[in-house]
Amino acid sequence: MTDLIVLAISCILINNILLAQYLGNCPFLGTSKKMETAVGMAMAVVFVLVLAGVITWIVDTFILKRWDLEYLRTIAFILVIASLVQFVEMFLKKSIPALYAGLGIFLPLITTNCAVMGVCLINIKEEYNFIQALVASFAYAAGFGLALILFAGVRERILLARVPRPLQDTSIGLITAGILSLVFFAFKGMV
Amino acid sequence: MAKSIAQEFTKGLWQEIPPFRLVLGLCPTLAVTKTVENGIGMGVATTFVLVFSNILVAALRKLIPSKVRIACFIIIIATFVTVVELLMQAYAYGLFMKLGIFIPLIVVNCIVLGRAEAFASKNGIVASTADGLGIGIGFTLSLAALAAVRELLGSGSLTIWGDLSFQVMGPSFKPFTFMIQAPGAFICLGLMLCLMNLVGSK
Repeated sequence: MTDLIVLAISCILINNILLAQYLGNCPFLGTSKKMETAVGMAMAVVFVLVLAGVITWIVDTFILKRWDLEYLRTIAFILVIASLVQFVEMFLKKSIPALYAGLGIFLPLITTNCAVMGVCLINIKEEYNFIQALVASFAYAAGFGLALILFAGVRERILLARVPRPLQDTSIGLITAGILSLVFFAFKGMV
Repeated sequence: MAKSIAQEFTKGLWQEIPPFRLVLGLCPTLAVTKTVENGIGMGVATTFVLVFSNILVAALRKLIPSKVRIACFIIIIATFVTVVELLMQAYAYGLFMKLGIFIPLIVVNCIVLGRAEAFASKNGIVASTADGLGIGIGFTLSLAALAAVRELLGSGSLTIWGDLSFQVMGPSFKPFTFMIQAPGAFICLGLMLCLMNLVGSK
């Protein structure tokens, strides 16, 4: 149990997917201009990442490893993620329209979000067992959400500030992300 | 539409150079640019995937139904990424280990899918090859430039390829290790973007 808590903390704070592992930066910069879109994206990522992490782990362990098909991992994982996203989208549209209205536009974007694919690959590379993979997927997703929402909060304030012209938009965004990343850097050595 | 092949090629080198003009594919840009060698390796691998997926998408563009086109593009891209993975395992194992999960992650690099969707699915094979090559070389150059700044300040050396490595800074130079870690990557890319904006706005 303690191991799992340590794993969760290290995935959320120390190895934060956005700020320490550099995964999922395109949606990070793209959806962080408004708090609303940031929250929507964060929720959609948590939802899909947990499902994708678990399903790709099962596919890898029971199909790819059993028949020595590891070289097909990249194709298999991207297919699983793409069809999962499509399926989740259809399911939500049909049965939970309120949630669909909130997450709708972010779902297709998740297929090409490298955080999702990245976490699935990390789960396999670190040779996590099922429970660890589940905890790690959730914790990485939570870390993504945490960083994205914090960053959106800062970025909303930047809109009010006077930024020199060449630094505007993405440029100042990246520098802010760098400072935020420095903050998360301080968690190193905590576990 | 009347653009020449040469123009399609050169636009990737300056007008639409990723990731500065076309802000896509940031994750590999930030992650692998610790040494110039890694940057070039990543750039070459991405260029390979970009060129061949562009060719295949352009060749099949009339056969792919528009409703499932994204899924088809992704399968084409994933196939070439697997090819690169296997080739690198065979011929550049050291680099393959250093780049780690970022090689399979070329699949979800938005530049590749972006070019397939925005260019190759609407243009012929020759133009798409030129486009893929141009954008790919532009990407490689940007990665190498960013990596050069980071490596020079972060470890005081320049590693071009394998043993071709130079210790640029003298022995009294204290490496600015911040630059080769995550925060340095973000700040360095932000500043380079600012520099590009300054040059471009003239």
